[in-house]
Amino acid sequence: MGRKLLLEHIDVPGIETYEVYRKTGGYRSVEKALKTMSPQNVVEEVQASGLRGRGGAGFPTGMKWSFLAKPEGVPRYLLCNADESEPGTFKDRYLMEKIPHLLIEGMITSSYALGCTQSYIYIRGEYMWVLEILEKAIAEAYANGWLGKNILGSGYDLDLSVAPGGGAYICGEETALIESLEGKRGNPRIKPPFPAVKGLWGCPTVVNNVETIAAVVPIVNDGGAEYAKIGIGKSTGTKLISACGNLVKPGVYELDMGITVEEFIYSDEWCGGIANGKKLKACVPGGSSVPILPANLVCKTAEGTDRLMTYESLAEGGFASGSMLGSGGFIVFDEDQCIVRNTWNFARFYAHESCGQCSPCREGTGWMEKVLHRLEYGHGNLRDIDLLAEINKKIEGNTICPLGDAAAWPVAAAIRHFREEFEWHVTNPDEAQKRNFGIASAHVPLV
Amino acid sequence: MTNGNAADEVAPQFSAERMVEVQRIINQYPEGKHKSALMRILHMAEEDFGGWLSVPTMNYVAGILNIQPIEVYEVATFYTMFNIEKPGKVVLEVCRTGPCMLVGSDNIIDHLKQKLGVEVGGTSADGMFTLKTAECLGACGYGPMLQCGKHYHEHLTTEKVDALLDTFRKEHSTSSNN
Repeated sequence: MGRKLLLEHIDVPGIETYEVYRKTGGYRSVEKALKTMSPQNVVEEVQASGLRGRGGAGFPTGMKWSFLAKPEGVPRYLLCNADESEPGTFKDRYLMEKIPHLLIEGMITSSYALGCTQSYIYIRGEYMWVLEILEKAIAEAYANGWLGKNILGSGYDLDLSVAPGGGAYICGEETALIESLEGKRGNPRIKPPFPAVKGLWGCPTVVNNVETIAAVVPIVNDGGAEYAKIGIGKSTGTKLISACGNLVKPGVYELDMGITVEEFIYSDEWCGGIANGKKLKACVPGGSSVPILPANLVCKTAEGTDRLMTYESLAEGGFASGSMLGSGGFIVFDEDQCIVRNTWNFARFYAHESCGQCSPCREGTGWMEKVLHRLEYGHGNLRDIDLLAEINKKIEGNTICPLGDAAAWPVAAAIRHFREEFEWHVTNPDEAQKRNFGIASAHVPLV
Repeated sequence: MTNGNAADEVAPQFSAERMVEVQRIINQYPEGKHKSALMRILHMAEEDFGGWLSVPTMNYVAGILNIQPIEVYEVATFYTMFNIEKPGKVVLEVCRTGPCMLVGSDNIIDHLKQKLGVEVGGTSADGMFTLKTAECLGACGYGPMLQCGKHYHEHLTTEKVDALLDTFRKEHSTSSNN
């Protein structure tokens, strides 16, 4: 198995406690940063590392940090986005519940770099037990002088606390997260102004994903250049992939970016292949928002080269024949799974989670769900398939936040690659209606 | 806004111990930004006041934070975790989103519907269980799963669900004897 930077000590008994975490070298990055580096030095290391946002967008973290406005006398905030809600994604939860101090250490080092004296971790409300784990770890960090006033005698002060959401996917969008943290409905804000200029309570704010902040720890410990040696091209470092669906070994894996998709799915070191001896039908490699890939485009690109677990390789071919690394929510479908049903399921998800602020998204996601529902249940007609594509175009790019795009892309991709399956539902309505899917459908594979 | 009957309109009150906790949470935010504590306090209120947010409960929370009741209603109705109708004693929320569906969540939902004699959203005749579905709960590799209170129950089978229902029934009858 590859090297591990984030999950190296995950199996050490008691790693969730301060004592054990510290014994395995924990909090070294805070010591190094506060004692030997200026905040700007830390930012430079992160820039040199090539680290890209691990929440899904893949935006260079160092660049995001460099945008942070620093007006005199105005507080700045670092917010950790632990609102992990993208279907297929459960890596942040794994990291936080198993090794909470790693996130806290990353928060301290990153807050120092950005000049924040108050930082928050915004965690989805359903992870309430993880919030309790984090609060316990934060209390330990305070008790041992890593948080509070004058940390390590450096003169640097930092307070850190955790805030829960209430069950809303949209709050993973950074401006919705900020609204929610202000105690309001999670309606995304129009950008600009960007959070880097006007974020939490109108102050300059950086919002970073859990894994991104955790990655700052090895970057500061070993240097950005060392981190950048891992991976290929602009996909540097290691990435947590949460693999799920019809796999022999679903779970959270840390891998060097650049291994092949084929190795990741089939090797016993990783996912161990498709469950129950079935064949691969399709894969959504980066969370439900990214385009689905049919089996022939999962392990190879349209040009026939090996597909790699990197931002670039997964996107190769654009939306015609590629997808995205996204959040690393890697969803695998076996040969018995129904693409129409899955597409309807995801459409229902987005319709449910649309905040309702922008009409194209509020109405469009609902229409898509209804159209897909009638296709799935054998009441559709062939025009519906093109109608979906039409609705798609009306949503895409016409909303304040990317939820609209995220709802539109998977539908467009499913139709692009599996049109005949949608048509089959129209031409075989009786069978489509009789079908039960998931495990129950194993004995009636789709033709 | 009304969401309950007159019998429920009893003014709630956090215990002194809980008020210390509430104050700790409020203090996590700068002066004048106490509204940020709202969501956390609503979660606590649900826990303490029967698993849901009645209008008196929401008004009470508004009073604690010195904000308008409408500001609380807005939040309570936006976020799906908050119950603004009184649910059964035990609320079961089964994840229904793609990755869980791929590994059989539909079967778990059907099984629960049959066992409890309810549709999704309904409460069993004995008032014990409310069955809900939820969108992705971040347990995609461990599905099918359901959430009950703060706990995730993962890798579900119909047998496991039956055992869980028994456990919940026992737990509840014990706690009501106390």
